[in-house]
Amino acid sequence: MKARVHITLKNGVLDPQGKAVENALHGLGFGGVSDVRQGKFIEMKLKAGDAAAAKKEVEEMCRSLLANTVIENYAVEVID
Amino acid sequence: MKAAVIVFPGSNADRDAAVAVEQSIGAPPKMVWHRDTELPKVDFIVVPGGFSYGDYLRCGAMAAHSPIMREIKRAADKGTRVLGICNGFQIITEAGLLPGVLLRNKDLRFICKDVYLRVEQTKSDFTRRYKSGEVIRIPVAHAEGNFFADDATLQAIEDKGQVAFRYASAAGDVSDETNLNGSRGNIAGIFNEKRTVLGLMPHPERMSDPVLGGADGRKMFDGLVEALS
Repeated sequence: MKARVHITLKNGVLDPQGKAVENALHGLGFGGVSDVRQGKFIEMKLKAGDAAAAKKEVEEMCRSLLANTVIENYAVEVID
Repeated sequence: MKAAVIVFPGSNADRDAAVAVEQSIGAPPKMVWHRDTELPKVDFIVVPGGFSYGDYLRCGAMAAHSPIMREIKRAADKGTRVLGICNGFQIITEAGLLPGVLLRNKDLRFICKDVYLRVEQTKSDFTRRYKSGEVIRIPVAHAEGNFFADDATLQAIEDKGQVAFRYASAAGDVSDETNLNGSRGNIAGIFNEKRTVLGLMPHPERMSDPVLGGADGRKMFDGLVEALS
């Protein structure tokens, strides 16, 4: 079983990296780009018995290590 | 008074911290490896600067889950004084010993220079030797020192007198111009509620002897010795 985790900055948290990427895109002529936000994507294999158990386990990983919930949101997707 | 300095893979200010601590205490601190599961009996713990675990995932995130951190949290709960400097500040916020988090500097640059700090809170063992409003000069060296907390947390930190230092001008003015890295409220260092844990981005240990260019940081270590001996 595989899981994919998207970690994104919460609304209102300054994202200087996203801003720098946005400025670089403007410099390349992509003038219509705005509100660029940079996050993380984590993929993993799991031994969990079923999808529900896998999701629960990965959410626990997010809370304890993968995301800092002071500034980040996480979304877990489990794939058989 | 006995002290310990924690050493993570990637720590690089552990020896600087040890030299500064020894200078004030008169005896060398115990150097404790991050995989150790027991802390020696000490009154004061330094979580030093550096790039623990190569700053993987988030600065301080991996180190915050090191075996020794469980013991440090236990000791902090009992009132052992804990000082987190630079990466150490990032580690102890990730570990939940202090509120908030350190984000990438607003201008994305690694900033390495002497800065002026205004002392905001002198009622602690760390800052008792400073005068309220005193301006001190201490170096910074970080890329992720942009202190962030949500509005409610920030208000609570301010209301409870947990702000230790703010980035200021040489005259002590605190403004957007003196905000080095985008930190909310120009915050350079904060305490826990009991003021037994201090985290700060600047490096007091690197300004603790006139031969280093100044000794404004030494008062922090001398104050701890005075309070805890």
